[in-house]
Amino acid sequence: MKIFIKNGVVANKRECKKMNILVEDGIITRIEQGLSAQAEEVIDAAGCYVLPGLVDAHCHLRDPGFEYKEDIISGTRSAAMGGFTSVACMANTNPAADNKAVIGYITDKARRHGAVNVFPIGAMTKGLKGEELAEIGEMKQAGIVGVSDDGYSVENSAVMKKVMQYANMFGVSIICHSEDSRLAEGGSINEGALSTMMGLRGIPKACEEIMIARDLVLSEYLNIPVHICHVSTALGVELIRNAKQRGVQVTAETCPHYFTLTEKACEGYNTLAKMNPPLRTDKDVEAIINGLCDGTIDIIATDHAPHHKDEKDVEFDKAAFGIVGFETALPLAYTALVKTGFLDIRQLVEKMCINPSAMLKIDKGELKEGKTADITIFNAEEKYTIDITKFVSKSNNSPFHGYPVYGKVMATIIGGRIVVKDGKLNI
Amino acid sequence: MKLKNKDVLGIKELTAGEIESILDTASDMKKIVQSPSKKAHYLRGKSVVTLFYENSTRTRVSFELAGKYMSADTVNVTAAGSSVQKGESLLDTGRTLDAMGTDIIVIRHSMAGAPHLLAKHVKASVINAGDGMHEHPTQALLDMFTIRERFGGFKGLKVAIIGDIYHSRVARSNIIGLCKMGAEPVIYGPATLIPVDFEKIGAVIAPTLNDALKGADVVIALRVQLERQKKALFPSQAEYAKFFGVNYENIEFAGKNVLLMHPGPVNRGVELTSDVVDSDNSAINEQVTNGVAIRMALLYMLVGRE
Repeated sequence: MKIFIKNGVVANKRECKKMNILVEDGIITRIEQGLSAQAEEVIDAAGCYVLPGLVDAHCHLRDPGFEYKEDIISGTRSAAMGGFTSVACMANTNPAADNKAVIGYITDKARRHGAVNVFPIGAMTKGLKGEELAEIGEMKQAGIVGVSDDGYSVENSAVMKKVMQYANMFGVSIICHSEDSRLAEGGSINEGALSTMMGLRGIPKACEEIMIARDLVLSEYLNIPVHICHVSTALGVELIRNAKQRGVQVTAETCPHYFTLTEKACEGYNTLAKMNPPLRTDKDVEAIINGLCDGTIDIIATDHAPHHKDEKDVEFDKAAFGIVGFETALPLAYTALVKTGFLDIRQLVEKMCINPSAMLKIDKGELKEGKTADITIFNAEEKYTIDITKFVSKSNNSPFHGYPVYGKVMATIIGGRIVVKDGKLNI
Repeated sequence: MKLKNKDVLGIKELTAGEIESILDTASDMKKIVQSPSKKAHYLRGKSVVTLFYENSTRTRVSFELAGKYMSADTVNVTAAGSSVQKGESLLDTGRTLDAMGTDIIVIRHSMAGAPHLLAKHVKASVINAGDGMHEHPTQALLDMFTIRERFGGFKGLKVAIIGDIYHSRVARSNIIGLCKMGAEPVIYGPATLIPVDFEKIGAVIAPTLNDALKGADVVIALRVQLERQKKALFPSQAEYAKFFGVNYENIEFAGKNVLLMHPGPVNRGVELTSDVVDSDNSAINEQVTNGVAIRMALLYMLVGRE
């Protein structure tokens, strides 16, 4: 089947100009200015950007074990609605994705029923307990691209050292959830004047910064590349910046909520704004944006973390950590970073397509003749307010209801299959 | 006078004017508490449920008596003997009480914000009887009532609050309220028990215990929450008593007429020595009486009739 995408502005790594794209049998065959072609499916992308399909380096599909929150089918559909064509899902499922059987289940179900490409991340340690190495070699054979105990921290430095050494042998990415959870002491919000005022236990910024520092030191010592997840604090950014200057092989990610919201979103005990790491302060938001601008932070990931309503309509301390992110990430990033002039659209493509692909070592994130047709068509000028009740995800735990944004995903094409068409699911 | 809001969730939500009129109303109520025939009819036909997820003697009993002295029907629910043990959620419990026609739900909960969550989802008025480390508005009101009875007002009074500030909802509510009324709260305690950025709430942190006590008109000693001691926030009770306890010697730094208060229950010999607890300056028992009056005032101002 042929798909012809015309009149759009193609935003690639190096250039951003009006070009037409021809897709034949799932492969991009031509990208040219003024190209004309016959096709069964013609998409007029006038006024839109044509982007490489977005790649999410960090999400939770909750399958197996928590299908009441999300599953591979609903999660990948939600991803497609947000313009993502490839997602890397974390291992904190039930049972944990710490062995080849669970990884096999995920890749198999995703291949058969998933709307987007799914790249599983395996656990670093058995049962995400931070004690014994998981069977990383076997999981690599079953399809993992990285290892992470995300959701939990590997507190024991000796274990973390072994994880880095062992995982690196198999060429999988080492993805660190950096948190000194004992220092967090059951906190549920950023530690500061607000936590004091609200009478909630705080999670000090130091929880994150101490472990980022440790993971950077281990990486430097072993000369093994690491990726730092969901950076939320100013000092966290600074530690990574310094490490990069020293030549440490580190990549880092942040999420849209860390450059659009502060802890204030938790006021009134709003559990929809409860996440880990917690939302911080204006100063941190500013530092995160600076880190994105100067390249310290390479990747914008969603940390899509669906939770059921019953897990959020409870006391703040009891409420689950996390927010959904697939269907809001691109408009939030575009509105907060591109519309404001911090980044241009090419740099956004780097953060959401090219760099995550490079970190995960997957052949994605670029529009190029001969490559698989993973394409996102984005109408950047459409202005609207986010409506969480319209999400395709099974869950709608997002603090962004009513938030004004620019940019709507009009179409998402995955391997030549038009999964989202005219802004609607086309499955 | 009626209160503006449906609920009493914290001192933060009350204006200085509202606090004054609550204290005024409590003065009248205190007369009922102290009269030989403790029965008024302001709440006849009204129902009050106390929903306690944490243990309590004085707060729960004083709410119950406050309701009964005004002819309300009162029911006590404790987490231990209710559907909470069967895993019922707070909201479901709240909706159940609502469906039974409860007019006021008095809730105590170990988690901050639980009363706020409940209030959003029920028709009944919700009174916060202590939520986690957040607020304990009725305790602060009864403390302020006790202070006003003694000093006639609040302007320029130095109120020293000593002890475990971190876990104390009493300290938070008192500081917010005292600042609103023009008093000058000063706090002191082990650094491990002073929450971050506490001065932003309005209290000054004293450099030493003697500085905190010096010239104080009121001293509020907070209960050391021994049940939290497993976290080792201070080395031992003996060391706490030595460096952070109020005793007969250091209380001398305060004025001769210092008013000594404690939200109870007291750990004698830890935060306060017995001689201080039982001294003439101590208003600890008076606080308990005033607590009934304050709770009567709130029940009345929420749902009572003239």
